Amino acid sequence: MNSNIQPLEFNGDWNLSPSLESTDHIDLKDKYGLFINGGFLEPLSNKYFSTINPSNENQISLIAEAGSEDINLAVKSAKDAYENVWSKMPAKERSKYIYRIARLIQEKAKELAVIETLDGGKPIRESRDVDVPLAAAHFFYYAGWADKLDYAFPNRNPKSIGVVGQIIPWNFPLMMAAWKIAPALATGNTVVLKPAESTSLTALKLAEIIQQADLPPGVVNIVTGAGSTGKLIVNHKDIKKIAFTGSTSVGKSIMKSIAGTSKKSTMELGGKAANIVFDDAPLDQAVEGVVNGIYFNQGHVCCAGSRLLVQESINEIFIRKLRDRIQSLILGNPLDKNTDIGAVNSKSQLDTINKYIDIGKNEGAEIFQLNCTIPDKGFWCPPTLFTNVSQSHVIAQEEIFGPVLAIQTFRTIDEAITKANNTPYGLSAGVWTDKGSKVFNLTSKLNAGVIWANTYNKFDPTSPFGGYKESGHGREGGLHGLEAYLNLE
Amino acid sequence: MSERIKVLKTYKIFIDGKFPRTESGRYYQTKNNGIPIANICMSSRKDMKNAVAAARKAFLGWSNRTAYNRSQILYRIAEMLETRKSQFLEELVLQGWTNKNAELEIYKTIDRIIYFAGWADKINQVFGSVNPVATSHFNFTMLEPMGVVGLITNEETPLLAIASCIIPAIVSGNTVVVIASEKAPLSALTFAEVISNSDVPPGVVNILSGSKKELSPHIYSHMDVNAIGDFSNLTNDEIKLTAVENLKRIRSFGASEISNDNFDSPYVIKDFMEAKTTWHPIESGFANSNSY
Repeated sequence: MNSNIQPLEFNGDWNLSPSLESTDHIDLKDKYGLFINGGFLEPLSNKYFSTINPSNENQISLIAEAGSEDINLAVKSAKDAYENVWSKMPAKERSKYIYRIARLIQEKAKELAVIETLDGGKPIRESRDVDVPLAAAHFFYYAGWADKLDYAFPNRNPKSIGVVGQIIPWNFPLMMAAWKIAPALATGNTVVLKPAESTSLTALKLAEIIQQADLPPGVVNIVTGAGSTGKLIVNHKDIKKIAFTGSTSVGKSIMKSIAGTSKKSTMELGGKAANIVFDDAPLDQAVEGVVNGIYFNQGHVCCAGSRLLVQESINEIFIRKLRDRIQSLILGNPLDKNTDIGAVNSKSQLDTINKYIDIGKNEGAEIFQLNCTIPDKGFWCPPTLFTNVSQSHVIAQEEIFGPVLAIQTFRTIDEAITKANNTPYGLSAGVWTDKGSKVFNLTSKLNAGVIWANTYNKFDPTSPFGGYKESGHGREGGLHGLEAYLNLE
Repeated sequence: MSERIKVLKTYKIFIDGKFPRTESGRYYQTKNNGIPIANICMSSRKDMKNAVAAARKAFLGWSNRTAYNRSQILYRIAEMLETRKSQFLEELVLQGWTNKNAELEIYKTIDRIIYFAGWADKINQVFGSVNPVATSHFNFTMLEPMGVVGLITNEETPLLAIASCIIPAIVSGNTVVVIASEKAPLSALTFAEVISNSDVPPGVVNILSGSKKELSPHIYSHMDVNAIGDFSNLTNDEIKLTAVENLKRIRSFGASEISNDNFDSPYVIKDFMEAKTTWHPIESGFANSNSY
C-alpha cells in the first residue's frame, strides 16, 4: 500500500485572496413586525428580540415576538382568507400567484442569499447555489400542481384542509419556508408560519415578496418568536394541520399535545444517517461525498451523514484521504466565496456540539479536527471526526447537528446493514460502491426515507423527502408531498 | 339415549406459526345466551411480547418475498377459507349470528381477501414514482412496508374484521400482531388455522385473544411496533399518547368502515407503507449537474 505518499498540502502556501460578497445591495430594516393579514404589524405582546450575525455576534435587526393575542389575530386572518378568498379562488388563479412568488425569489436571489448567510452563518456559496435556487424551484414546482390535483389522487376528490400551522428550523430558513408554504398554497390552504428565532430574516423578506406578489391578505401569515410562540400555534383550535421540521424531542411533544384532536400532522425530525463506503467505491469521489454529507452547512442538516461506515479493508487509506481533505477545507467569513465552513448558527448550538465532542473524547474515541485559525468573534467549530467509535458510543447514537463525524468499520454487507439500521432514526443513508447490484441490494434494505447512492445531500422539489421511525412521518416534495395538505374522500 | 356430551374446544392463540396456550394460564369462556361455547385464552403482556418478537423475526423474510409470491399466498388464504366455509358458518351461528348474516360475512371476507391479494404486485405501480429531478440523477420513490403492525379488531364483524385488518397490512410485506374480538373470538382463532395452512410463513400473522382493555395499552406502548391499525373504537387518548414514544404511525378506522364496500381500496394498504426515495447518479456528458 502507498501509505508513504505525502498528503497534498492545499492549505500550506495556497492562501487565497478574500472574495467577499458585497452587502451594499441588501435592504434590511432595524426592526420587523409580524406579517399578518398582508401587512407588518407591531406585536400586541410589545416584545422584540434581536437577531445576530453568528459570525461576528453583531445585532442585525430586532424581531417581534408573537404572543397569544398575535397568534389569535394571525390565525383569524388566515381563517378569514381561507373561507372568503383562497378556497373559493379557481385553482388556475391560485397557481399564478404561486408562480409569481417563485419568480420574485429568483429576481431577488442575490439579496436573499446574502441575508441568509448574514443571519444564519452558512457559506455564501451554499445559500447562493442551494438554499435560494431550491426555494424558488419549490414554489415553481408546486405552483403547477394547484390545478392538477385530481390527477394526483384519482377518485379521491382532494380537498383543502383549512388553516395550517407551520414551524420551521434554523438550518435552511428560506428553503424550509418554501418547502412548507408552496405545497400548502397549491393545495388551497392558508398558512400561519413561524421561522426559528435565530433565523427570521429571510422568512420576513419572503413576506415582503408575498406582499409584492399581491397575494390576498391573510393567505400567508408569518409570525416570529421562539418555542412558546410555536406552542401557541400548535394548540390553537382553528389550526387544522401542523407541519413541523425540527428535533425529534420537540416533534414528540407536539404529537403529544395534538393527540386526541383531529389535527393532522407531518413531522420532519432528526436523523443519524449512515454513509457506507465499500472497498470497491471510487474512493476520491466517496471522500468528497462524505465531506459533503457531514460538513455541508456546518453539519446542521437533519439528513447529515453523521455516521461513516467504512469497509475494514480500505479503512486506513480512506481515513487518511479524508483527513487530508478536511485539512484543505477553509473555515471563515461566511460571506467569502472561498469559504467551505461557515459559523455555527448560535451560541447554544455551539455549546451542544462542544458537549458532544467532549463526550466523544471521554468515551475514548480518537479525535481529528481541521487545524485552522478560529476567528475571535462568533461561533465556530472546525470540522471534526472521531475514529475508534463503537456502536454503544453516544456520538454514534445521538444527533449532534454539527460538523462531527463518527467513524466505524465493517467487514460484510450484512454487518453494514445491521449497523446502519441500528438506530431509532430513519431519515436518510448513503451508499458508495461501484457495483450497481450492490447499490440496490443496500438501498432496498436500509430503513430510511431517502437513500443516496454514490452521492449525498441532494434535494429537489420533485423528490419526496421524509423519514422512517423516529425521524418523523409524512413526505415533503414531489407528488407525495401534496397528500399531507389534503383531505381525501 | 342420553344426549351426547359436547367437546368444548379450547381455542389457542397463534404465535410464530404455532398454537400455544397463553403463558399466563388464564382462560375465559365465551357464551351465547348463557350457554358456554368454548374456552378462550386470556393473553398476557408476555404473550404480546412473544408475538411482537415473532413478527419482528419474520419481517425481513416476508418483506423480501416477491410481490407475486405474497399475492399467491394471500390468494391461497381465500381458497382455504372457501373450503372451510361451513366451519366458519357454524361458529358464527354459535356466537349468535343468523345463518344469512353469517353467510354474507363469509362471502364478503373471501372476496375481500382476493381483492387485496391482487394488489401485492400493483401497489408500487400505482403509488411509486420516477421523479424528474433537475440534476443528473435517476430518482425514484417506492413504497415499502413499515415493519411490525399492531392491529385491534372490532367486535361487530369478527371474521370480516380479522381478515380486513390483517390482509391489507401483510400484502405489502408487513408482519402483524392482532388482538381478536373479545366477545366473538372463535372466527379469529379459526382464521389462524386457515393462515397456518396457507403457506404464510410463521410469525407473519400472530393472533391473540383476551381482554382488549388489558392488551391494547401493551401494543400501543411496545417500542418495537412500527404502526397501529385500530378498528376497535375503544382506545382512549391516554393510551394513544404512549404510541408517541417511538412515533408509531396510527390509523384508526370507524366501526362502519369495515362493512363498507369502499374499504376495498389500495389506500388502506398505503396507510401501512412508507415512501422511500432513492437517488442514483446518471453518467452523462450533457446534463447539468449542480455541485450540491
